[in-house]
Amino acid sequence: MSTLLEVSGVSVSFDGFKAINNLSFRIGQAEMRAVIGPNGAGKTTFMDIVTGKTRPDEGRVLWGERSLSLLGLSEAQIARAGIGRKFQKPTVFEDQSVHENLLMALQGPRGPWSVLFYRPNAAHLARVGELAAEIGLGDHLPRKAGELSHGQKQWLEIGMLLAQDPRLLLVDEPAAGMTPEEREHTTAILVEAAKTRAVVVVEHDMEFVRRLNCKVTVLHEGAVLAEGSLDHVTADKRVIDVYLGR
Amino acid sequence: MRNSFVARHPSVLAFLALLALFTLGVSVLSEGFGIGLISTSFVKTLGKTLCLCLIAVAMDLIWGYCGILSLGHFAFFGLGGYMIGMWLMYERTRLIVEGSLAQGALPPTEQEVVDAIGTQIFGVVGSSDFPLVWAFADSLILQLAMVVLAPGLLALVFGWLAFRSRVTGVYLSILTQAMTLALALYLFQNDSGLRGNNGLSGLQNLPGVEAPQAVISLWFFWASALALGLGYLLAAWIVSGKFGSVIRGIRDNEARVRFLGYSVETYKLAVFTLTACIAGIAGALYYPQAGIVNPAEIAPIASIYLAVWVAIGGRGRLYGAVIGAAFVSLVSSWFTGGQIPDLVLGPLTIKWVDWWTIVLGLSFVLVTLFAPSGIGGLFDLWQGRRPPDRHGADLGPDAGALREREATE
Repeated sequence: MSTLLEVSGVSVSFDGFKAINNLSFRIGQAEMRAVIGPNGAGKTTFMDIVTGKTRPDEGRVLWGERSLSLLGLSEAQIARAGIGRKFQKPTVFEDQSVHENLLMALQGPRGPWSVLFYRPNAAHLARVGELAAEIGLGDHLPRKAGELSHGQKQWLEIGMLLAQDPRLLLVDEPAAGMTPEEREHTTAILVEAAKTRAVVVVEHDMEFVRRLNCKVTVLHEGAVLAEGSLDHVTADKRVIDVYLGR
Repeated sequence: MRNSFVARHPSVLAFLALLALFTLGVSVLSEGFGIGLISTSFVKTLGKTLCLCLIAVAMDLIWGYCGILSLGHFAFFGLGGYMIGMWLMYERTRLIVEGSLAQGALPPTEQEVVDAIGTQIFGVVGSSDFPLVWAFADSLILQLAMVVLAPGLLALVFGWLAFRSRVTGVYLSILTQAMTLALALYLFQNDSGLRGNNGLSGLQNLPGVEAPQAVISLWFFWASALALGLGYLLAAWIVSGKFGSVIRGIRDNEARVRFLGYSVETYKLAVFTLTACIAGIAGALYYPQAGIVNPAEIAPIASIYLAVWVAIGGRGRLYGAVIGAAFVSLVSSWFTGGQIPDLVLGPLTIKWVDWWTIVLGLSFVLVTLFAPSGIGGLFDLWQGRRPPDRHGADLGPDAGALREREATE
């Protein structure tokens, strides 16, 4: 399978603390990957680097068939290149309706001029309705996002991520604060998405990771400690020592 | 399209209808065309108030919707005034100079006329040469274009530098304030080319127009009302669509907007520049009614007042900004006009001219603390719309959801 994202030899330090230390990571076009690791292992910093929020001190981040370097691009350019991100804490626009939130995320031209004259057409409205139904918010389109429950906000954010139609989804703890049924639905959506695109899930919850049934990368102290199936990595002595054994 | 837009936003229609009614009412009661119940000077005050409402709409767009507390928009307002003032002053002086030179034996050469105009305009600052900035002053069309271009260009350059380096929040506010202060200090200099602290004066006279002030004041009043109506419509249209959605998103969480693929800096720059242009137009209509524009007009305090109006009126809603600007500036001119008798409280005598700023400051603090949606918030009460009570911590996962800890066990 050809590579979609390749991170190689990346290091970054904050005030002398090495948050990421010579990290290498690659993911294919249509692949699901779970990233686990104890607190401070560098999971969030890794996402920050890929999405352009943090500039690494050294290393390469290459994207797509033409191996475009992401390091010189702004966050917005990276997002337009096809990388979507879901934050750990649900960050939706609380002052705006579910409909507006989804419409803003919907794939389309992002320049001020075209956005100014943008009026949603039938296809776009249908897509918003479809997404809302998929995330269980079909009846809540006119409601303000701020009124939604925590779990519904998580859903809305997943919906916004899907609306962007990215080639790579970076998902930070998607199931935090969800009921078992909601978790199952989240799993189904992510597994479905991974059939056509790359999905990276950062998760603490081992049970959730097991259900994703995918290759697992274990981070520790800013570097990859182990990689392989969940059974393979959980059998690894070092992984047990630093993470699971606690 | 237009019909459906107005239908979806009835408040716009209501506003425009009220504005038209108000304009008609004032015209009927004016000295110029009506029964003379409203004095010409009060027509000018009302016309100027409409211009202040227009810049308040611009301020609401940049602050209330885009979340950028600009404390420098009066610089653009003043620049607009200077641009139109240059033509008014040049043209009026030219007519006077030509009239007096025509008395001479020989018809004056073009150079003589220009020199005489220069001496008339710049005599007060001990000069007679036209500085470079007056290059277009003889052309009304070009100078009208400058009304939009000069503030727009300044905003574009300033905004590009500021937003590109991701200056946000209070630091950006301080930066905008420094900009307006720097511009004011520059214009205060005699060799700035705009007559130093004298400013441009006599702007209430339209060159070549014989009509009395009572009529001219109404023309400007109508023009101000038209500009406010169009500006309001434009602003309402901008914030109603996806663009409005994006800039409100920038206000609430700009990092999130970036990760959606929108170039936040470009949007900020677009709104900043557009509002600067609107402010320039408002200024160009204001100063001919005031009669004089000088550097004191763009002192930082003016822009702070602008923020106070919008806050008291209610930000994030366009009619709130208009109400705030109209209400506060009219009440302010009433208090500072010296018409209200002093209040004697034992040994303390309250002179309203001096105490007004304290009243204004206090009401600003009270509105910020107890009624963040300002006067415009009264409309919500009237329509029975209430924001949810959001006291205390975030609700977090709802009762049916497991918390992270339970789920992993």
